[in-house]
Amino acid sequence: MTEKKNKSMIQRRLIPTYIFLTIFSIISVFPFLWMISAATNNYIDISKGRLMPGAFAAENFRNLVSQQPLARAMTNSFVYAISVTIICLFICSLAGYGFEVYHDKWKDKLFSILLLAMMVPQVATMIPLFQMFSKAKLLNTTIGFFLPMISTPFMIMMFRQNARAFPIDIIEAARIDGLNEIQIFFRMFFPTMRSTYAAAAVITFMNSWNAYLWPKVIMTDGKSLNMVMLIANTIGGYKIDYGMIMMGVLFCSIPTMIVFFVLQKQFAEGITGAVK
Amino acid sequence: MEQKKKGMTLIAKQKAAGWAFLTPATLMIAVMSFYPMIRAFILSLQTGKGANYRFTGFSNYARMFQDRVFLRSVGNTFFYLAIQVPIMLVLAILLAQLLNNRDLRFKGLFRTCVFLPCATSLVSYAIIFRFLFAQDGLVNNALVKLGLLDQGFNFLGTAWSAKMVIIIALVWRWTGYNMVFYLAGLQNIEYSVYEAAKIDGANGWKTFWGITVPLLKPTIIMTFIMSINGTLQLFDESVNLTNGGPANATITMSHYIYNTCFLRAPNFGYGSAMAFFVFIIVAILAFINLKVGDTRD
Repeated sequence: MTEKKNKSMIQRRLIPTYIFLTIFSIISVFPFLWMISAATNNYIDISKGRLMPGAFAAENFRNLVSQQPLARAMTNSFVYAISVTIICLFICSLAGYGFEVYHDKWKDKLFSILLLAMMVPQVATMIPLFQMFSKAKLLNTTIGFFLPMISTPFMIMMFRQNARAFPIDIIEAARIDGLNEIQIFFRMFFPTMRSTYAAAAVITFMNSWNAYLWPKVIMTDGKSLNMVMLIANTIGGYKIDYGMIMMGVLFCSIPTMIVFFVLQKQFAEGITGAVK
Repeated sequence: MEQKKKGMTLIAKQKAAGWAFLTPATLMIAVMSFYPMIRAFILSLQTGKGANYRFTGFSNYARMFQDRVFLRSVGNTFFYLAIQVPIMLVLAILLAQLLNNRDLRFKGLFRTCVFLPCATSLVSYAIIFRFLFAQDGLVNNALVKLGLLDQGFNFLGTAWSAKMVIIIALVWRWTGYNMVFYLAGLQNIEYSVYEAAKIDGANGWKTFWGITVPLLKPTIIMTFIMSINGTLQLFDESVNLTNGGPANATITMSHYIYNTCFLRAPNFGYGSAMAFFVFIIVAILAFINLKVGDTRD
């Protein structure tokens, strides 16, 4: 009896908390819902402030497809993001494993030098990289897109931190069993660290799907654009068609929203991954 | 003797494997980050067009400090930094603290909602906010309907309000992101610490300042560094939300550097000088932060 009373008292005291969290949640979600409903309305209804979904989704989609290379941009985005994710995970997990399992004074020093790359701003490297890549004929190519993105201090740090939990006994036992160092990495480390790989994959995919400045610099031919560039192009027109643009934004957001809702836990782990 | 020799080669083999594992990543960072940084510095001392570049010493740097648009972009960027980062981080800690309550119901739902803005790309949310705050946008519609305004206010066409819209948008996008760090940090704090404080009669406010903030200090410093770094490199929002306007009132450093290098007449030398300036500011601020954070008490 008293416990029940106690519980209801606790809940009553939490009422301001519930109100605050509810307001904040509504503010967080509202722009999304508005985007989805605007994608189904025409210009007139949207500018009148209509919030309910309308019947113009098909028309907005037709306009979008007729004015922008939607299929091409979607394909490009997937190719870019998936190739970055696969290569980045491979290279950075190798390095994180190497820095942790074989660590000595020199490797620790090298690691702290690599961390300095976190401070290098993208605007500073984009000019020389643009020059290098245009000389190497890498403009408008997938390789050009992924080269600067496949090795990041953040990802190396994340794998290094997580490799700490990997028991050294397993490595010793595997060595006695006659496995060489590379086999140990692929047969022991890789399967054990599945959850770290999942978190790293989610965060890398999101970052490369959403990349804007770098593709804007090197994708110069109009055919190699990604989804983010496509929707940025839609607002450059003389006449701004809200419904059509929001349809584009919706398409650009669908993959990241699926990742978010299905893999939210891994996404949160990926964000905080390097700081344990 | 033979045993020992074999052991040596095994250790040598392992050592070689260790270096081999980290070589690809190290090479990539050296070629894609450090080398371009050096190139950028060399470029910043040059001026010219196409293939004809010649050294001019520090003239690009001198020009920078007389370039009104650049100075304005520096001012704007620091304005965003000074207003937006504190608001966002305080909100994020507060939300994490509220969500860390054991008695709270619908925790998962609230967390998902607050975290949701992270699922949008920067360009997407910049466009959404651009339309929400347009002259015929939803915010103006609501204000007119509520009778607060006679006609739509040109939020994005007025300097002060355009800056505010950018700050609101940034807070919207990044608060949940930072909250995730604090939630992870809070979960490392034993719940019994809070219960002990409650028994000792400390109220919510006191436990917040007495327990949460000191124990989260490393996380706070890290999120602070990340936010500073991110704000100093703002690009997507400036381009797509306000396009730097009205009259460069909201342009950021990265946006202006991009325009200098890739719009109209490209000037890589001058752009590199400005970019190098950004790098120096990022480095100085990160260094100060780490120094402040290092004082253990």
